[in-house]
Amino acid sequence: MTFFLIVTLNGLTLAALYFLAASGFTLIFGLMRTVNMAHGALLLLGGYVGFEVAKTTGIWPLAILGGGLAAALVGAIIQFGILGRFQGDELRQTLASIALSIIMADLMLWFWGGITYQVAMPDALAGGFRLPLLGVGYATIRLVLIAFAIVVGIALWLVIAKTRLGAIIRAGVDDREMLRALGFDVAKIFVVVFALGGLLAGMAGVVAASALSISPGTDLQFLLSSLVVVIVGGMGSVGGAALGALLIGLAEQYGLAYAPTYGVVFTFAIMVLVLAVRPQGLLGRSEA
Amino acid sequence: MFTNLRAITMTSILALGVFTAPASAEDIKIGVISILEGAFAALGQDGIRGAELAVAEAGGEVAGNKIEVITMSSDASPDSAVNAARKLIEQDGVDIIVGPLSGSEGLALRDLSKSYPAVTFLNGSSAAQDTTLRDSSDNFFRFGGDGAQWMAGVGNYAHDDLGYQKVAVVAEDYSFPYTQVLGFMTEFCAAGGSVPDKFWTPIGTKDYSSVVYSIPSDVDAIFVALGGADAVNFLTQYNQAGGDKPIIGGSITIDQSILDSEGPFKKQLIGAPAGTPTVSDLDGTEWKAFTASYTEHFPDGFTAPSIFAHHYYMSAHAAVLALEEVKGDLSGDQAAFRAALSDLQFVTPTGGTMRLDENRNGIVDNFVTEVFEREDGTLGNRVVKIISDVDQSLGQDPSAFLAQGPVSRDNPSCP
Amino acid sequence: MRTAFYLLPLAMAPLFANDFWLVQILGRALSLGVIALSLTFLAAYLGVVSFAQTTMAGVAGYTVAYFGPNTVDVGYELPFYVILPLAMIMATLSGALIGLIARRSQGIYAIMITLAIAVAFFYFTRQNYSVFNGWTGFSGLRAPDIAGINLRAPVPFYLLCLGVAALSLVLVNGFIKSPLGLTIQAVRDEPKRVLAIGIPTTPVIVAAYAFAGFIAGSGGILNIWLQERISSFSVGLGPIVDILVIAVIGGLKHPIGAFIGAIAFVLLDTFAVDFIDRERFNTLIGLVLLAIIMGAPDGLHGLAKSWLSRSAKRPAKIKT
Repeated sequence: MTFFLIVTLNGLTLAALYFLAASGFTLIFGLMRTVNMAHGALLLLGGYVGFEVAKTTGIWPLAILGGGLAAALVGAIIQFGILGRFQGDELRQTLASIALSIIMADLMLWFWGGITYQVAMPDALAGGFRLPLLGVGYATIRLVLIAFAIVVGIALWLVIAKTRLGAIIRAGVDDREMLRALGFDVAKIFVVVFALGGLLAGMAGVVAASALSISPGTDLQFLLSSLVVVIVGGMGSVGGAALGALLIGLAEQYGLAYAPTYGVVFTFAIMVLVLAVRPQGLLGRSEA
Repeated sequence: MFTNLRAITMTSILALGVFTAPASAEDIKIGVISILEGAFAALGQDGIRGAELAVAEAGGEVAGNKIEVITMSSDASPDSAVNAARKLIEQDGVDIIVGPLSGSEGLALRDLSKSYPAVTFLNGSSAAQDTTLRDSSDNFFRFGGDGAQWMAGVGNYAHDDLGYQKVAVVAEDYSFPYTQVLGFMTEFCAAGGSVPDKFWTPIGTKDYSSVVYSIPSDVDAIFVALGGADAVNFLTQYNQAGGDKPIIGGSITIDQSILDSEGPFKKQLIGAPAGTPTVSDLDGTEWKAFTASYTEHFPDGFTAPSIFAHHYYMSAHAAVLALEEVKGDLSGDQAAFRAALSDLQFVTPTGGTMRLDENRNGIVDNFVTEVFEREDGTLGNRVVKIISDVDQSLGQDPSAFLAQGPVSRDNPSCP
Repeated sequence: MRTAFYLLPLAMAPLFANDFWLVQILGRALSLGVIALSLTFLAAYLGVVSFAQTTMAGVAGYTVAYFGPNTVDVGYELPFYVILPLAMIMATLSGALIGLIARRSQGIYAIMITLAIAVAFFYFTRQNYSVFNGWTGFSGLRAPDIAGINLRAPVPFYLLCLGVAALSLVLVNGFIKSPLGLTIQAVRDEPKRVLAIGIPTTPVIVAAYAFAGFIAGSGGILNIWLQERISSFSVGLGPIVDILVIAVIGGLKHPIGAFIGAIAFVLLDTFAVDFIDRERFNTLIGLVLLAIIMGAPDGLHGLAKSWLSRSAKRPAKIKT
């Protein structure tokens, strides 16, 4: 029983990380219908920059901010310089972002090499403590992850539900043409949203580099997990991303604990199952 | 119109093929295959350094024949290793191939070598057991051990010196860790120890937390055969969860390239024993000379040569020595060269004597090491035991050893 | 007619190309081209970009590996005249199954679901030892002697690749003009109208995927005979993306684009390392891909076509 509860807790904390990684991806898709295959590369970039900031300053929150801002900047450049040129042509955008992810991965490998990095955390987070009731040790950072994901989730919800930018984004999700007709500079809004998505990805990268680690290949792992999370939950829906992250995080940990051989297949089997029955995802709205 | 253009383009493309001149007679071309992309890139680069170092130390020539090194990247997949080798052989006209890095690639090149009897293949650092043990190839040589040989001494050390009776295994779910586990368990089980649980995790697993809690609390230690980021992730998470069992490392769990990685996880490796053919802080004149030469040629390399630089070096070095012996004569499908390779004996950078068995697999010296902290705060390995003359059957009767069958998740077993 | 013009210089290639060019460049390009053709077919005529073509090719490859001669102790050997049809049937069925799962997904969603299927298949092959022999896979796969011809020799193998490529092009061209092919294109353009006139779309979509599976399967068999092996790596993310890259740089609008893309890709993949710093050739591949996506939306085929039609208007200039 204790073991089952621990594995469940592990699933929840992993889900928190997956949600953080996927939130920027779903935000961009929600407004722009762009499947940003360079999302994983942005996340990895954020992680690397976060590492450098933490190494130089020793201040963890600054590392998260730095990693987020770096990825936001690159995200904005990608949208402004490349993807924005063929807005509406989703397939070309997807393909261009694949090309970008190949280039970015190779350049990052050049700069940071193939070794594994971990971002040093403040002592209060780095260790573990004894879980009450269960009586086993647990990593502090994993519980902080859950809090972090909830904060980001609520913030994202507030931005979308309560702010002017959010209103514009929501309007854009429903009817891009109308938004344009109303005189909004859609191209500029798209760059801002892409930067916001990059910010989330970059921060998630630093968090991932703190709780786990980053190395070449991390970009693809988080791209795949974000894809699955967002597709299962419903593309463009923040709540969907949370639900998808829960399902995938739990499935992965139960798989690892109880069926290690085929555990990795579970994640994708869930996705195939959901899509076959409900192509728009669990909480996604069906396209007209 | 259209046709003409197509035809002209096609012809000119094909003409390129015709005019590719075969290698000039005096030059000896060595093709080096290593992984220069993706997660293994840093390690792969170090392998290339090793091969280049051997050629550079020979002055870039043998008996007046210039040696040209041509590198080619694979991506850890056997298909890419085969494509790289075919390009090196058929297009670049290499005489000798040094490589590849990983086990499945090694098996693929062993198979490929049978189709190219005029080319000699010298294994890089790939350590699959069956590359030479089963279905070996006449022109495939491994101047090094396999993954099981690399663990020689650790099982006995863990049982006899450290007093461990029960050890759990956490390892990646593919052939190389299977082989490493075999090397450890062969000794450990024979000495009377038991391995109640083996956790095979898919390579690239990020979150080991549920594996951490599955490890039985009554084991004395954990044998960890994970590489790169996987090792970092597992060790961090085990430590964070309050895990306090001693760690026993596989050969690539504690390689210098891992010890040179950044992050707080490194502290928990201090004191961990492991089996390895390569010790970065080895206190021997040969190794010191080797390290000095490495650092001189590659100031931007690791602080000491990695297991990959070491093994690519030994293969390229063997090629150079055998070439010197035959004065660069590669005629007659390299028969004399291969005979020289087969009979070659040389002192390795670790101070042992390298020679081959009848399957052309190295009989090697292996080290039991432990991780220690240097004065400047970086980590290194130091030797606690040297096991000499480890053959591929791990000292057992070769036919009995073969009869135990190929390694797998369940073979060997001593719960 | 035009196909013959492509074919002629290619059929004469054995006269002046060495073995490396015949097998490693042209043979490899043709076999990859056949797999990419199945993607181009789905993209051009069903309007769906599928990431699962490597999977369908892999199913055929694994069937040949499991039932054919190999050097690992897995499988059950059958004669080649049973294996080959069986492999084609399995590939076709896998295509049909994937089509059934993805039948309701379009556009980006179809990309994602096929990607998920492909990655799931990859992980399954890596973890399963009883059928797929896991990480290690199968080695020693050798093309058979058929009617006394050794298909492993460079020239016969190359001609086989060329024949299969030409045949699959002819097959695709014939198929799209058949009633079923026309219905597939109708489903692409007006799925609701097709439904309205009483034709259920599901069997049509499944048939399109199944046909794509058939084509991909034949490319998959060529590919494992070329590599002489198949493993989880052969159906992993790398090859999955490669096939998409080939189809895109060649051009998704016309079947021949798959082969143009394949030749360009194989040349780049083989020789990029000779032109730039060997450690950075992935950047080069990415940049070329990006340039084609940005500058030539219809790929190299579209580029060549527009260039030719432009120069055809000024015939005097090109008669040199």
